[in-house]
Amino acid sequence: MAADAGTYLYAVAHGAGAAPPEELTGVAGAPVRAITRAGLAAYVSTVPLDEFGEEPLRRSMEDLDWLDRTARAHHHVVEEVARRTVTVPVRLVTVYSGDDQVRALLDERHDDFTQALARVAGRREWGVKVYAGSGERADPGTKDDGRDEGTSASSPGMAYLKRRQASLRGREEAMRRAWERAERVHDVLRSIAVASRRHRVQDPQLSGRAEGMVLNGAYLVEDDRSQEFARVLEELRAQGGEIELTGPWAPYSFAMLDDPVDHGGAA
Amino acid sequence: MTFEPTRGAALAAEGRLPSERVALVDLLDRLLAGGVVISGDLVLSIADIDLVRISIRALITSIRESEAYDDLDQF
Repeated sequence: MAADAGTYLYAVAHGAGAAPPEELTGVAGAPVRAITRAGLAAYVSTVPLDEFGEEPLRRSMEDLDWLDRTARAHHHVVEEVARRTVTVPVRLVTVYSGDDQVRALLDERHDDFTQALARVAGRREWGVKVYAGSGERADPGTKDDGRDEGTSASSPGMAYLKRRQASLRGREEAMRRAWERAERVHDVLRSIAVASRRHRVQDPQLSGRAEGMVLNGAYLVEDDRSQEFARVLEELRAQGGEIELTGPWAPYSFAMLDDPVDHGGAA
Repeated sequence: MTFEPTRGAALAAEGRLPSERVALVDLLDRLLAGGVVISGDLVLSIADIDLVRISIRALITSIRESEAYDDLDQF
C-alpha cells in the first residue's frame, strides 16, 4: 500500500460470511472491505494519511463537522456489520499502515478477539439516560422577583436572603433526590443486564435538555431478556423522572480485549 | 402480567433511530469511550486516548473530567 494511505479499522467479527454489504462506504467515502484471517474478519477501508495521519487528526478532531461526519460514517459501517453478525466495534479512528498490519493483529490477538466476540454474542447494548424531573430542575431565582411573599422578615433584603436560602436548599434537595433515583434506576437495570457501564453524564449544552442528566448508563442485555428490560424500564418511568432510552447499539461500551492497558477509558 | 412477544420489538422501535438521527453526543460517548482500543506499534495513527481527550476537551469544554462517572461492571 502506498505510504500516503492507511487502513482504517471499524470492527472485527467472525470470519464466516465476511463479505461486507456491497456499496458500503466508510469514512472519507471509501468502500469497505473485509480482511479475513484465522477465522476472523476485520472490516476496513483505505484512508488518505493527509487526512488521517497523526498531525492532520489533531486538527480534524477539533472540527465538529469533521467529527460528526467521521463518527457517523464509522457508526454506519459498524451498524451494517453488526446487523449481520456478532461484532466487536473498534474505537473511532484506529488506523494501520496497511492491510498486512491488520492481518498481523488478527493473528496476534486472535484469542482475545474470540473472547470479546463471545462476551457480546446474543446480547445488545441499550442506553438509558435519566434526567432530573422538571420539579427538580435547578432554576433558582424565578421566584426572586423582589416581592415579599408574606414572610415576616423585617426587611426586603432579609426576605430575599431567606427566599434565596430556601430556594438553594430546595434545589439541593431536589438534585439529591434525582441522584438517588439515578442510583436506583442503575441498580435495577444492572440486575437485568450482563454488564453495565456508566458514561459521563452529558452537559445540558450537549444533551439539549435543560434538566440535568443524572445517569448516562449503558447496559448489555441478553436478547431474550429484552422484554423484561423493557417492562422494568416502564415501571421505573412510572415512578417519575424523565428516562430516555437509546439503542439497541452495537456493543461499543462493552468491546474490550483482555489487555492490561485496555480498559476502554474506565478510569 | 403477560407480555406480547412484540414487546422486545417495541423496545427496539422506541430506541432505534436511523443512524443519521442518532445524537452525536450519544454516539461520541460510545465511539470515544467505547470500542476496542488496540495498543502496540502496529498502529500508525491511533485512537490515542490522550489525543482524543485533549481534543475533545478543547471541543467540548463542558465535559468535566472530574465527573468520572465512567465505571464498568466487569463481566
